[in-house]
Amino acid sequence: MATATDTIEALAQRDYEYGFVTDVEQDTAPPGLSEEIIAFISAKKNEPQWLLDWRLHAYRGWLKMVEPQWANVRYEPIDYQSICYYAAPKSDDDRPRSLDEIDPEILATYEKLGIPLREQEVLAGVAVDAVFDSVSVATTFREKLAELGVIFCSFSEAVQDHPELVRKYLGTVVPRRDNFFAALNSAVFSDGSFVYIPKGVRCPMELSTYFRINAMNTGQFERTLIIADEGSHVSYLEGCTAPMRDENQLHAAVVELVAHEDAQIKYSTVQNWYPGDKQGVGGIYNFVTKRGLCAGRRSKISWTQVETGSAVTWKYPSCILKGDDSVGEFYSVAVSNNRQQADTGTKMIHIGKRTSSTIVSKGISAGEGQNTYRGSVRILRSAEDARNFSQCDSMLIGDRCGAHTFPYIDVANPSAQMEHEASTSKIGEDQVFYCNQRGIETEDAVSMIVNGFCKEVFRELPMEFAVEAQKLLEVSLEGSVG
Amino acid sequence: MLRVSDLHARVEEHEILRGVDLQVEAGEVHAVMGPNGSGKSTLAQVLAGREDYEVTAGSLEFDGDDLQEMAPEERAHAGLFLAFQYPVEIPGVGNSYFLKAALNATRKARGEQALDAMDFLRLLRERANLVDVDEALLRRPVNEGFSGGEKKRNEILQMAVLEPRLAVLDETDSGLDIDALKTVAAGVNALRREDRAFVVITHYQRLLNYIVPDHVHVLLDGRIVRSGGSGLALELEERGYAGITEASAGGSGG
Repeated sequence: MATATDTIEALAQRDYEYGFVTDVEQDTAPPGLSEEIIAFISAKKNEPQWLLDWRLHAYRGWLKMVEPQWANVRYEPIDYQSICYYAAPKSDDDRPRSLDEIDPEILATYEKLGIPLREQEVLAGVAVDAVFDSVSVATTFREKLAELGVIFCSFSEAVQDHPELVRKYLGTVVPRRDNFFAALNSAVFSDGSFVYIPKGVRCPMELSTYFRINAMNTGQFERTLIIADEGSHVSYLEGCTAPMRDENQLHAAVVELVAHEDAQIKYSTVQNWYPGDKQGVGGIYNFVTKRGLCAGRRSKISWTQVETGSAVTWKYPSCILKGDDSVGEFYSVAVSNNRQQADTGTKMIHIGKRTSSTIVSKGISAGEGQNTYRGSVRILRSAEDARNFSQCDSMLIGDRCGAHTFPYIDVANPSAQMEHEASTSKIGEDQVFYCNQRGIETEDAVSMIVNGFCKEVFRELPMEFAVEAQKLLEVSLEGSVG
Repeated sequence: MLRVSDLHARVEEHEILRGVDLQVEAGEVHAVMGPNGSGKSTLAQVLAGREDYEVTAGSLEFDGDDLQEMAPEERAHAGLFLAFQYPVEIPGVGNSYFLKAALNATRKARGEQALDAMDFLRLLRERANLVDVDEALLRRPVNEGFSGGEKKRNEILQMAVLEPRLAVLDETDSGLDIDALKTVAAGVNALRREDRAFVVITHYQRLLNYIVPDHVHVLLDGRIVRSGGSGLALELEERGYAGITEASAGGSGG
């Protein structure tokens, strides 16, 4: 966390070097979506022709697709023609001048999470007066990675600097027309992260978007591509516990992971976007497609997520276990409080022999929140001796919330071993009373009980993320028990 | 220390306690005996401040403070401890973590310094030793997957760590075999002190062979119908609750 200010430092330096000069005059596209707008976005980013064609193919597919209705969530129809699909990063003149201009409720949350003042400014998008004399941590960090041959940059930079890699892998895990939101993203994606770990390299540090120059303002259609070449290891952290200020209601990101033989990718997410007010007004719609391909033998992909934000979440980080002996994991904590709705889970698709997958999902519903686990485990005919273990636990706090579980299991090879455990518990008055009788106040008791419930997931998170996640859960559930 | 006067309490629409009087002084051990449904557990829950139990009349004083004005955790901070008849499981929360949170919440409420991890561990080990609790139990989640005996022992361990002034033991003997019963009783005896009082609630006389009370009260139908010394427990064992009822009915008639 301490390096967020350094990231800004780096940003500021970059502004100084290059400025926001582009060859197209306008900074913002008019609202609406058309082939012209897509061409505009592509031109703004100085993209090669193949990428523009790629976007247009996605767009033409999207036009024929319908928004999915099967998720257990309700929201007002989205008018895709009223959305603005390109806006240049804001100049300092358009940003808040100081924290005084920021919503006090957001500031209160920052306080509770113990975020230092300078980082608060960064998170809230305050124009930081950037006069720095030290070399930024982010730059040193990048240099160190470069020595190992690790590429970690923004997606736009990757298109310019490593077009062969982007072209080889883009859309290989999540095809352009995979689903409605993925197609939309493919047509209009703004920016995101690109990671390439060369053969045999164990990335020596957790890669976090915090460290990525140009990480801010990646916008609502984020695109991330991570490639772990043979025998390499990488741990990637996405998001942060502090609520990000964001004016875009619809977020439709795509994340693609590729793990080659003996490679391992660990992808951890803490998502805490604005959930809307207590009536559910104004929150973010988070419709994300995340998928990893275990392409090589003995490769492994782990998804760990802590989802506490957004008004509506639609998200199923998945693994395609193609390589023999490959491993897929999904560990998830999803919280829906007040009017939040989350429909989240995973898909594990077993293709290779002796592939194994583990699913641990913890859903917590409070207030009038609705939490749905939707998971699919498919064992294809080719997947000899595949194994899956699934555990889906739901916890209810109060009596106006809901928990729903939709596990789909599809086995086409009789040698498969499947285990499924599910439970629903209500945070018991007797548990709270027991804690009270030992001197522990109700709020602390609830947070302790909930953290205990989520323990199996938290222990999969990188250390400092885990501590933050516990704190975040406390803040998210504040006041949910009388 | 504890003064219960003319206590009436109900759960939902059922009046369960119908005028209980009980006075406990520091250093004393009181046994409250009674058959099922006599109101024993209700008395324990009311003392601890369980919300579902409504006090409709009478008073509860602890060291001169009105317990009814105090939230359950405030009663705990004041030194009132309840060993639960059915200790609650808290999955995923480590037993020693839980105890540390409990102890430090109590210390904080009393204006004392919180114990750090090392000091707490030292204390925990010492107390576990005192009440003969295996250290393996400390590392497991609170009561999760514990046997009946382990749960009861864990309650005694919590008591040993929290050092209450008044401990209410709600049927701590239920479901224990004789060896477990002896261990639990030995734990309680190790914690007897001049400034600490116990209210031992039990159905059977058996426990009182090992925890010898100063006073025995018989609770029947929401009232204490007889009080006496430790001999009363033996009399009960011989004559049963029915015999005691007749005796008390005869007593009040004469």
